[in-house]
Formats: sequence, structure tokens, C-alpha cells
Amino acid sequence: MTDKFTSDVTRRHLLKTGASLGVLGAVGAPAIISAANAQSSFNWKQAAGQQIDVMLVKNPRSDLLQAAEKEFTELTGIKVSSEQIPEQQQRQKAMIEFSSGRPTFDVTMLALHVQKRLAYKGKWVEDLRPFIDNPAITNPNFDLADFSAAGMNFARQADGALTTIPHFVDFWMLYYNKEMFDKKGVAYPTSMENIVKVAQQLNDPANGIYGFVSRGLKNANIPVWTSWLLGQGLETIDPATGKLNTDGEAAIWAATLYRDLNKNYAPPGTIGFNWNECQTSFMQGRAAMWLDGIGFATPLEDPTKSKVVGKVGYGVTPPGPKAHHSATFADGMGISRASTKKTAAWLYIQFMTGKKEQIAMLKAGAGCPARMSAFADPEATKSSTFSKQYFDCLQASAKIGRPGLPQIIPVTEFRDIFGVALTNTLSGADPAAELKKATETFKPVLEKSEQG
Amino acid sequence: MTESPALAASAPPRSAAHKKYDFSRKYWVFALPAVIVVLSVIVFPWLFTVFMSVHDWKIGGGMDFVGLGNFRTLVFDDRFRESLLITFYFTVLAVVIPIVLGTLAALVFHREFPFRGILRTIFVMPMMATPVAVALVWKMMFHPQLGVLNYLLSLFGIPPSEWVFSTSTVIPTLVMVEVWHWTPLVMLILLGGLAGMPTEPYESAKIDGANSWQMFRFITLPLLWPYIMIALVIRTIDALKVFDIIFVISEGGPGTASETLNIFLYLQAFQFYKLGYSSAVVVIFFTIIVALSLILLYVRQKTKWNS
Repeated sequence: MTDKFTSDVTRRHLLKTGASLGVLGAVGAPAIISAANAQSSFNWKQAAGQQIDVMLVKNPRSDLLQAAEKEFTELTGIKVSSEQIPEQQQRQKAMIEFSSGRPTFDVTMLALHVQKRLAYKGKWVEDLRPFIDNPAITNPNFDLADFSAAGMNFARQADGALTTIPHFVDFWMLYYNKEMFDKKGVAYPTSMENIVKVAQQLNDPANGIYGFVSRGLKNANIPVWTSWLLGQGLETIDPATGKLNTDGEAAIWAATLYRDLNKNYAPPGTIGFNWNECQTSFMQGRAAMWLDGIGFATPLEDPTKSKVVGKVGYGVTPPGPKAHHSATFADGMGISRASTKKTAAWLYIQFMTGKKEQIAMLKAGAGCPARMSAFADPEATKSSTFSKQYFDCLQASAKIGRPGLPQIIPVTEFRDIFGVALTNTLSGADPAAELKKATETFKPVLEKSEQG
Repeated sequence: MTESPALAASAPPRSAAHKKYDFSRKYWVFALPAVIVVLSVIVFPWLFTVFMSVHDWKIGGGMDFVGLGNFRTLVFDDRFRESLLITFYFTVLAVVIPIVLGTLAALVFHREFPFRGILRTIFVMPMMATPVAVALVWKMMFHPQLGVLNYLLSLFGIPPSEWVFSTSTVIPTLVMVEVWHWTPLVMLILLGGLAGMPTEPYESAKIDGANSWQMFRFITLPLLWPYIMIALVIRTIDALKVFDIIFVISEGGPGTASETLNIFLYLQAFQFYKLGYSSAVVVIFFTIIVALSLILLYVRQKTKWNS
């Protein structure tokens, strides 16, 4: 590279380049200066001296947020008191405190695939559109258009209200063991049906190796089924009409695929596997393919924990018979309606969902940032422990992302009722009968939630 | 409590000040803190639970009076009925096995033998561990592919088990954890009983030519019954309310195969936030525990030495 560069550079080239830069500078400078002025004129200190309370979910991304608090305080003069709470307990705390009308936090992280509708219906958090439209409190560089469509789809309510700013988006994809594939000369599956064939080819129980692994534990297993159902171009509940698509032909097809893969080609005991058991099986080189969220990738490339370092392939979920989608999940940050320090809270959200922090998330392998610009940052990809394929998979999945859970209030009941039905299929129950029964059980729950 | 005439006649005359502050009538003041505590942490929560059980109330929603509606729904709820059966199945195994093993262990450790103290300490150690920590360790050991238990089975040529990852083996496996954890408690209770036993019946039995089994069957066991009954009451209540171990190891699964009443209750209250419905479950559960405890206490009264 260096030799070619020096040999090609002539005096004429330098003069041409200099002239071009001069013209560009003359034209572009005012715009750059204007942006810089706008940035420098933005008053980060407007809520200095206040202290805000932040409720986070326990995960590596929250560790990064907490690490950035010192810099935020230096920039704004706002003190942050944050707390990381395990996922399930955090959801319970949010539910109870918001329902009490006096939450103890100003900013909260919400799991949008579970709490989106609940938060809006319960009037938990502020609509952030007026905040974004107010130039006095919004940094001109905030750039809402930079957030991925998948993330914004989750953050925006049906009537257009933006109740959270997306922070993290998780895409479901297929991890695969490249060494196992190469050894048997098998190619990456080209379709969902093809996964069965590939799993069959790679399945070798005599040597403790299984073709496929995915969650079998009730509740946790729902995204596996919905991933397959998205291949039929359907969500479990139609977002436009609210119709349940849970016991039709497509749903039965997806449940049958779920059953066949988990029963015939998965390790024994998969019926009780959550993501961590699946991850352990894959990480120890006992499974050839693993369908799950890309957010679980980090330990796979850690030599102290994994036996498959450098052998992991990151594949986009293969297309189904009618459509090609990746089941998507997202977390977002919202401002508590009861907060008396909303400006300070909004400054916190802007800072923590800013480009710099989102790049830090990508660099640390802590998950998929909601901002698309993070992927364009060469530093983030260059210094990462992940291969280029990982980033390609992320970007490709972002383009075909579609919610992996229905955007309804009783999401937990949905996951429980259908989760049990799917688990029962692994014990020999008929998928069609189980889905019919589950649909009948869930229908009144959904109807009641819409009325109440 | 009234003074007898004789006592009143012999008592010195009370001073005016003593009459003014009649302390004997204000003893209730000293009981007041305890009464307040009992009312606020036992009676009030109970009355409030009963109040909630007759309402349709979900956190974040309104509260509607439904009378016995929640109880009626529970009767027809397949999951509730199934969880009730699973609870009894689990409880019977988790009570009977530790009682039998604990009795045997107590008889063994009651005898003198070398290193008895150290071995008894080792035997008691599982009881000292925190249930959640215990559950996490067992969960790792149960992993069908990578767990140490299947490796140990393979050393003896025994095929691998799916442990808590199979609907048919999950309850026996969870009972195994309970047995490992709580058999030492039964042993300690019964050791206390054995230590306090009189020696005369044994001496008489020996003179009469009784063998070891006869002495155990006709002397030790009847004398030990009151203590076994105490262990039975404690174990029954403990086994009925087990939550931590089941929740951490199997989360009530696979499917609903290990969904005991407590797990069902947790789901209704803290996952679905149905306060009214879950309160109805609590009322039923409480009734069951009280009924069982009363039966066991009645039996215990019947097995007292002096009766």
C-alpha cells in the first residue's frame, strides 16, 4: 500500500489535491463551523447540581452505562445514582412502582418487547417528542434518524408517541460451528426447512455432538417458535388487526419445525434448556447450530470459557417458505412521568444513547447498538474480538428485523401459555391440538387486557 | 385474679398515691407493643389477603368485587388442580424419605464409634448451605451433557439420566435435593430424642432375652415417636412451602411438570400481577397447611409418652 502510494504521488497530484481541498473547504467550512457552533452553544450544564435516579437491568450494557456516568457528570454537572437489578425483578419493580404513582427513579430501562404497551397504557413514561422538538434541551447532534428502523419500530407506540429512545436491539440468528460444517462438507442452511436436513447430517449423538440446539424451557422457548413463524410472513398476533395467528396452518408448521429440531437433533434434556444451557452446549462444541439472540455471542469468543473460539459462524436466520425475517427484541430508556427532574433525565438519555456510548457497546461486544452509525465506525469493528461475519450478520439482520413477541399487554401470559404448549409437543403432544388449546386459553386473557 | 378476703385483710393499707396509679390495671400497656406487632404483621396482612381474594384486582388496574368468583375459577383451573397434585406428590416424597433416612442416621450416630464427631459434622453440613446456592450447584450437576452426575453414572456403566430435564424424572430429582439438604435436620431432632431416652427398659428387655430388632421395634421406636412426629410436622410444613430450590433448578418445568402450588402462586402474583386470584390461592394454601398441621399435632398429642 505504502509503495504504491509513494510511487503514484507526483507534484501535479499534490497541486490538484490541494486545490480540491481548498474548494471543498470554502464550500463546506460554513456548514462545519455552523454545526460546531451549534454543538458548542448547546448548554449541557442547564440542569447542573441536580441528581437523578436511574433504574437499569443487570447486564454488560448497564456496566458500560455506569462507567460513563463520571464523564456525564463532568459534562453536565448532574449527579447520577443508578442501580442494576436482575431482569425479572426489575420488571416487577417497574410494575409496582409505576402503579403506585410514585416511582423512585427518574429514568428507567424498559424491555420494549415485554413492557412497551404496558408502559404506554399505564402512563409510566413521557412522550419524548416534545423533548426532541425543543432545541433548548436537545443537543443538535442527537440525530434521531440514526437509530435503526427495528429499534424505532419498538420504541414508537401505535399512535406515533415515542415513549423511549432505543438503546439496544437484539436480533435472532443462527450460530454455527464452522469446523463441524467443514469436516462433513455441509453448507450453511439456505432455508428453514433446510436446517432440519443440515441438523440431520451433523447429528452425531454417539460422539456427544448434536445437530441443533435451541431453548425448550417454557416461556423462554417462544422466540424460537416465533422465529420460524416469521418465515411464514406472520407474527403471532397481527399488529394491524390484533388477530391471533397462533393456531392456523402457519403456526402449526412453525411448532412442528420447533418440535422436530428440538426433539430429534438436540441434546437430551433440551426440554428444560434456557439460553444459558444452549450456550454451554454450543460453547463446549456439543452442538453444530444454535438459534438465539446475537447478544449472547461474547462468551463464545472468550478462550477462558469457550472451546469454539475462532470456529463460530454467525449466520442470518435462513428464510422461511414465504418470508425472510429476524426475530427482534429491544431495550429502551424512558423518563418517568412522575419525575421532577425531566430535563436532567433527558440530558442523561441523550448522552447515554449518543453515538460515542453506542460505539462503546459495539466495541465491548456487549450487544447490538440501536444506532446504525456505530457499525460504520471502523474503530469499533477493527478493535473487536468478533470477525467481520459477526458485523455483517448484525447489519443484515437489522434490515430484516421484525418483532419476535407480540406487542400486547399480557406478553408474560402469552409466553407462559404458549410456552407450555410448545414444551408439551416435545413430550409427544400433537402441535395442532396444543396450539388450539393454548389459543382458547389465551384469547379471553387478551380480550380482557384490551378492555381493562 | 381477684384477691381473696383473707389476703385483702392482711395486706397493708394502700397509700393515696398508690391508689391513684393502680398499676395492676395497666399491665396491658406492656403487652401493647407485641399486640401492635402481631396485628400489623400477622392479622392485618391476613385480613387484607382475604379481602383481596374476593376481588378481581390486577396491579395497575381497577378492583372489582367478585365474591367467591376467584375460588370458583380456581376449582376449574387445570393448572391449579395439577399444581395441587404435584405439591402433594412432592411433599409426600420429601417428607417420608428424609424421615426414614434421618431415623437410620440418628440410630447410627447415636452409637459410639471412631471419628463419630467428625462424621456427624460432615453429615450435618448440607443443612448449613443456603438453598439458592445449593440449587445453583445442583443445577450445574444435572446438566445432561456436561453435568458431573451423568459422568459418575457412566463410570458404573449406567446410562445417563435427564434429571430435571425430563417430565418423568424432575420431581424425584428435586426430592433428591431436598432429601440431601434436610435429612440432617431430621437426624438432629431424633438424636436429641435418643439422648433423652431412659435406659431401664433396655436393661429389662435384655434380661428378658430380647434381640436388637425387638428392642428397636418395641422400645426405641415407641419412645422415639413423639420426636418423629415433631420432625414430621416441621418437614411437612417445609416441604409444602418449598419454592427456592424448585424455582432455581426447574422453574416449575419442563412444561408444568414441577409446578407446585408455590410456583403457580408466584406466576399469578409476580408474573401476571393478578393480586386477587393469587390471594385466593394463598387462602386455599393456608387452609391446607393449617389443616395438615392440626392433624399432625393431634397425632403427636396421642403419641406422648405420658399418654
